[in-house]
Amino acid sequence: MNIPTMADKAAEGKTPEYLFWVGCAGSYDARYQRVTRAFAKILIQMEIDFAVLGPEETCNGDPAKRAGNEFLFQMQAMQNIEVMNMYEVKKIITACPHCFNTLKNEYPALGGDYEVIHHSTFLQSLIHEGRIKMKEGGSFKGKKITYHDSCYIGRANGIYEAPRQVLEALDADLTEMKRCRTKGLCCGAGGAQMFKEAEKGNREINVERTEEALGTGAQTIAVACPFCMTMMADGVKHFEKEEEVKVLDLAEILAEDME
Amino acid sequence: MISQIIFLLLTIAAFYVFGRQVMAIRKNISLGRPEDRSDRKNERIQKMLLVAFGQQKMFKRLLPATMHLFIYVAFVITQIELIEIFVDGIAGSHRIFYPLLGGFYTFLISFIEILSVLAFVATLVFLARRNLLKIPRFHKDEMNGWPKLDGNIILYLEILLLVFIFTMNGSDEVLYRMGETHAAGAMGSGSFGFAVSSWLGPALFGGIESESTLHLLERIGWWGHICVVFGFLVYLPISKHFHIIMAFPNTFYSDLKPAGQFSSPENIQEEIKAIMDPDYTPKEDANAPHRFGAKDVTDLSWKALMDAYTCTECGRCTSVCPANLTGKKLSPRKIIMDVRDRLEEIQKYQLQPDDSGVITAAEGNIEAQEAAGHTLLGHYVSEEELRACTTCNACVEACPVNINPVTPIIELRRFLVMEESRMPEEWGSMSMNIENNGAPWAFPASDRFNWASEE
Repeated sequence: MNIPTMADKAAEGKTPEYLFWVGCAGSYDARYQRVTRAFAKILIQMEIDFAVLGPEETCNGDPAKRAGNEFLFQMQAMQNIEVMNMYEVKKIITACPHCFNTLKNEYPALGGDYEVIHHSTFLQSLIHEGRIKMKEGGSFKGKKITYHDSCYIGRANGIYEAPRQVLEALDADLTEMKRCRTKGLCCGAGGAQMFKEAEKGNREINVERTEEALGTGAQTIAVACPFCMTMMADGVKHFEKEEEVKVLDLAEILAEDME
Repeated sequence: MISQIIFLLLTIAAFYVFGRQVMAIRKNISLGRPEDRSDRKNERIQKMLLVAFGQQKMFKRLLPATMHLFIYVAFVITQIELIEIFVDGIAGSHRIFYPLLGGFYTFLISFIEILSVLAFVATLVFLARRNLLKIPRFHKDEMNGWPKLDGNIILYLEILLLVFIFTMNGSDEVLYRMGETHAAGAMGSGSFGFAVSSWLGPALFGGIESESTLHLLERIGWWGHICVVFGFLVYLPISKHFHIIMAFPNTFYSDLKPAGQFSSPENIQEEIKAIMDPDYTPKEDANAPHRFGAKDVTDLSWKALMDAYTCTECGRCTSVCPANLTGKKLSPRKIIMDVRDRLEEIQKYQLQPDDSGVITAAEGNIEAQEAAGHTLLGHYVSEEELRACTTCNACVEACPVNINPVTPIIELRRFLVMEESRMPEEWGSMSMNIENNGAPWAFPASDRFNWASEE
């Protein structure tokens, strides 16, 4: 893919409107790279003026901060802020709720003030403005989809409707889990749990959550977070349902059915 | 005259004890670190009106919310009747407002009586929910012993209070019908016409022909009522039931930031700036915390300590905690209760923080010395509990009085990681990866843009 970097743009003397913050999972996780590409394709197709940091991007520091390593978090944050301020970044889009929350809420105190937009909100507004149009008879039409709320866009930032409106645009049969929106159950990966074994208990959180998602009878579990995706996909494997049930990100679902 | 003196002395004693306890709690809360929550006053008042006064978050669960509302409204409205009881108690009068308010008095007392019946029903439902039905959140480990008893004591007091009220009004009603009530302005053998006691009174006490027995019953009701009120007042500050007061300041001082936004302590910012720029001179701050994160309650902000005194141990937080739901040791309610238990230990042994904030005891008292050696981390909260948190904020969302259990969890994690380098091995590698290659996984930084090389 031909993805412009901030350095390329700067060399041309240009400042793109948006920085697409890819995040570590979006960059390295083989499964989430597909989401990154799907989203980037939408950006290109919509002729959004954007660029990525590419090799200049580093971890935003969220997992360090949640684990209690505030030193490392601030170190990462201040480095990233230095780079972004150098490129005069004003608006950031990201597909990762953890990056989103940190950049939006925790960077300002350290000198990084940006308008940060989660991809669910961004996609929703493109649909709302009529710029994204759906194909006639798309592959999700009438199919059962359930949406799993990510804690870091949901409770942490109050974004509940934008992802749902994206899915509604597909004319799909959106089926809610009992624990949804403010009551949504965590996938188990937040708070740096993604990077360690779970503490001793009688069940894995992702199994508990996936069971609920499968209980809706949906063929697609829609997510909007790389960690949720890993946890839910593992959960689906646990129940040996990976043939029947797919875990997909909003951007992938949309990319498949848009004109 | 004697009864007026006894009443006055009881009133003074009850308010004195209550006042002393409240001052002690105030002092305990002020052991916390400073944090500015004086901004956005209008928003704060709104929050308090909605969440505390309006019970907004209770209504996420309809049945307990409705039952709780009955008790809450009955409690608030009964305060009007209490004013009369105080005036009567001091002036030696009987139902002094009755001739003054006339029909409105009948309406008011009737309203209180109906609410009292509803509160009585609610109390029975609550007793059943706590003791007969196996509702998991009332039977977690942290509820064993005192917390369980505390929950029941309040409900028993509630029942006692209602029994006294109806004994008082009921016997007075029968006396009225006999033309013998002492109520000011009561004429002949009529009826007060109160909604409940006008039929409940005759039903219960109608068979009693002795006027003096009825007067005695009426007095038992009156004195019993006010004594339970005084007992309640003195009991409040040592009980979880203190939430009826604390809910108001605690919601006023709610965290108005997005729930996902965690603090970025300034003392750490100063250190990082100094590392990144050798020419930078860190700001000197005499009030800077003496450690990173929290080891004891004195390292937490005063708001976290206020949270602890506001908690009514309902367990809504724990019942939605993903870690707790899947059998992990973490219970957000327990963390909050631990903070209060530690504060009460500090109060009990009159421990004081020294200049560097470390809790110390007076020389000589061995028990106090031992208590001074305790800390929130270790003696109350274990690492295993802290490590189980996913920071999902479900507990924060669920709390009807806007307590935040995630804040102390993160502060304790900070101490563990930054002061003691104690963390799960995987978190150690994660940190190392972030430091070395800018990602929590061991991928080279140079591969970060590889995703774009595929279609």
